[in-house]
Amino acid sequence: MNRMLLKGGRVIDPLNSRDEVLDLLLADGKVAELGPALQLDPAAGRTIDVAGCWVTPGWIDMHTHLREPGQEYKETILSGAEAAAAGGFTGIACMANTKPVNDSAAVTGFIVEQASRAPVNVYPIGAVTVGLQGRRLAPMGEMAAAGAVAFSEDGRTVADTALYRRALEYAGSLDRIIICHCQDNYLFGQGVVHEGEIAAAFGFAGIPSLAEEVDIARCLLLAEYLELPVHIAHVSTRGAVALIAAARERGVRVSAEVTPHHLFLDHRAVVDLYYREDVEYARRSQLARFNTNSKMSPPLREPADVAALRAALAAGVIEVVASDHAPHEQTEKEVEYQYAPFGVIGLETTLPLMLRLVGEGLLTPAALVERMSVAPARLLSLRGKGSLAPGMDADLTVIDPEVDWVIEAAAFRSKSRNTPFDGWRVKGRTRLTIVGGRVVFAA
Amino acid sequence: MEKKIFAHKDLLGIEGLSVADLELILDTAVSFKEISQRSIKKVPTLRGKTIINLFYEPSTRTRTSFEIAAKRLSADAINISAATSSVKKGETLADTVRNLQAMAPDIIVVRHACVGAPHLIASRIGARVVNAGDGANEHPSQCLLDLLTIREHKGRLADLRVAIIGDLAHSRVARSNMRAFAMLGIRTRVCAPPTMLPREMGVFPGVEVCRTPEEALREADVVMMLRIQLERQDDVLFPSLNEYARRYGLNRQRLALARDDAIVMHPGPMNRGVEITSEVADGSRSVIMDQVENGVAVRMAILYLLGGQAE
Ligand SMILES: [Zn+2]
Repeated sequence: MNRMLLKGGRVIDPLNSRDEVLDLLLADGKVAELGPALQLDPAAGRTIDVAGCWVTPGWIDMHTHLREPGQEYKETILSGAEAAAAGGFTGIACMANTKPVNDSAAVTGFIVEQASRAPVNVYPIGAVTVGLQGRRLAPMGEMAAAGAVAFSEDGRTVADTALYRRALEYAGSLDRIIICHCQDNYLFGQGVVHEGEIAAAFGFAGIPSLAEEVDIARCLLLAEYLELPVHIAHVSTRGAVALIAAARERGVRVSAEVTPHHLFLDHRAVVDLYYREDVEYARRSQLARFNTNSKMSPPLREPADVAALRAALAAGVIEVVASDHAPHEQTEKEVEYQYAPFGVIGLETTLPLMLRLVGEGLLTPAALVERMSVAPARLLSLRGKGSLAPGMDADLTVIDPEVDWVIEAAAFRSKSRNTPFDGWRVKGRTRLTIVGGRVVFAA
Repeated sequence: MEKKIFAHKDLLGIEGLSVADLELILDTAVSFKEISQRSIKKVPTLRGKTIINLFYEPSTRTRTSFEIAAKRLSADAINISAATSSVKKGETLADTVRNLQAMAPDIIVVRHACVGAPHLIASRIGARVVNAGDGANEHPSQCLLDLLTIREHKGRLADLRVAIIGDLAHSRVARSNMRAFAMLGIRTRVCAPPTMLPREMGVFPGVEVCRTPEEALREADVVMMLRIQLERQDDVLFPSLNEYARRYGLNRQRLALARDDAIVMHPGPMNRGVEITSEVADGSRSVIMDQVENGVAVRMAILYLLGGQAE
């Protein structure tokens, strides 16, 4: 079957300034036609009634960790891709900190090969330096040729600024961005939670906002000096927002992303995972105090930081939401807070949380699609993505914005369960995920 | 003994306790002190109960104190220290808890280098858990023995002035005490090198931060010196022990700034000549040995209130 008709959905396609109820015909893996009252002969293909649903260009999560190769017990490319499909993502970019590190065309090729059996598009991100060791440049040209869409040392920074400069220059020649995980290693130290009132009250080693901001400032200065783009991963502080906004103002080519957890939780979650009184919890199944699903890097910050991140997302200073999906096995997370690995998963919780931002009036539906599809497609130079114009790839996310449901970690497709959002009552769910004209998830 | 109820499963910290809880523990401790002065220092209160002292950090002082307390209450006390257990072989805390469960303990006393480890254990086991120090977070039994010592010497707790001097950032003793002092209306002044002071001291209500130890000591009824952890020197938190002693250590001249009847406390073990001079530590104002003695009584009270009230 190579044709499909989506009938009666609200097509939200900001790149083409479209937001209206239309039928949409897919043919041979591409968008074929949009219009009112399209018809499809049942013999020629399937017609799906999507009245009441939003039909958007496929969502792309540009920051995930799929753990394969090397830690398949946490996640595989396939399980991660299945989680993505269920979460409404048609494409996911995966970071290089696998075992072995994705620092060669061989590993990039392996990921591409595994991804060929996955339900969604998987875009490898190559390491900036060999082994993420921060000493020698990884063969970015060869990795790009093998399919790497960007480069990142995610999980750490490139501490050597001269090397960082060379990396940016070299990536620039390949038309690939570098995604900067910004933290000053000395200021970060042995920090466990945000350096603020919670750390002070409970004696945790703190991770100061300054650790992130100092490194972002360095990246912005490099980008400005070199007149090259940088992408700042998972911005978490109000100071970082101010630095990025000011740099953008003076013409620096900077883009930035924020995670759902930094938009919905602050450091109070460290001592009470259920501190939010405006959230309806269907279940409080997790340990409330010192739950390690509140531990990530960068850490959950302060309410004022959350407010600044939300405002920046609304204003477009931050143009992408990415989940930083970081799977860890339950036994790895159920240890002393200080010993637990950083990170939470997000592929199956991002969509309803983002719809909540629309419900709260922070984002229009069009702005939401910009952040989730258009911008990541642009930043990663993904041709044929982020738009529903005829001729574009038939990658679509179809959302039922009205359905009420409860986030259930136990039901995740992901191999891991480490989410702080288990038990949240949410509204809006993936109805269909369509990749290359094929339904890869249907609710 | 009059029976008041301690309505908590565990004693994880001062946080979460009420003034009535604190008073109940202190009053119970007073009655147990009398037992410690008998020739046969044993009562059958916790006979047949099993108490496990699970120590992930070496602490002869606190462990011994809990052990004596358990024995005076006729409980069976078992000591498990990280050095002799499988902790170092990669066993997780959850594994350890599962194994402990098999011993059917009534109370587990935990000392751990990580904030929240006792909370994690408490969430996974039916036994009652006593926090004997978790990272830099809390050390409630130390706080309670400090309160008992202060009350004995001053006849009251309210309206006192306490000076706490030393490494506040890394001190669980200070955190527990600052919490308790705030609840009890004790006026607290603290002083630490700025490198050893949490950035957000505002989370401790009623605590006044002083720039110099002199300022903190003025008019103090109680002087509480904190132990300097020698390895902090490597964290560049202070230049040298000598310099620390000179700028922040308690000596006779500094002590003279406090009230004439001020008492001097230290949670031990002391670094003589660093945070406190021997002259002061062994002097007439020092109540450091009383703290040790009260430690046993307070821990008896805690174990009794958690373990002896079910019947
Ligand atoms: Zn990162």
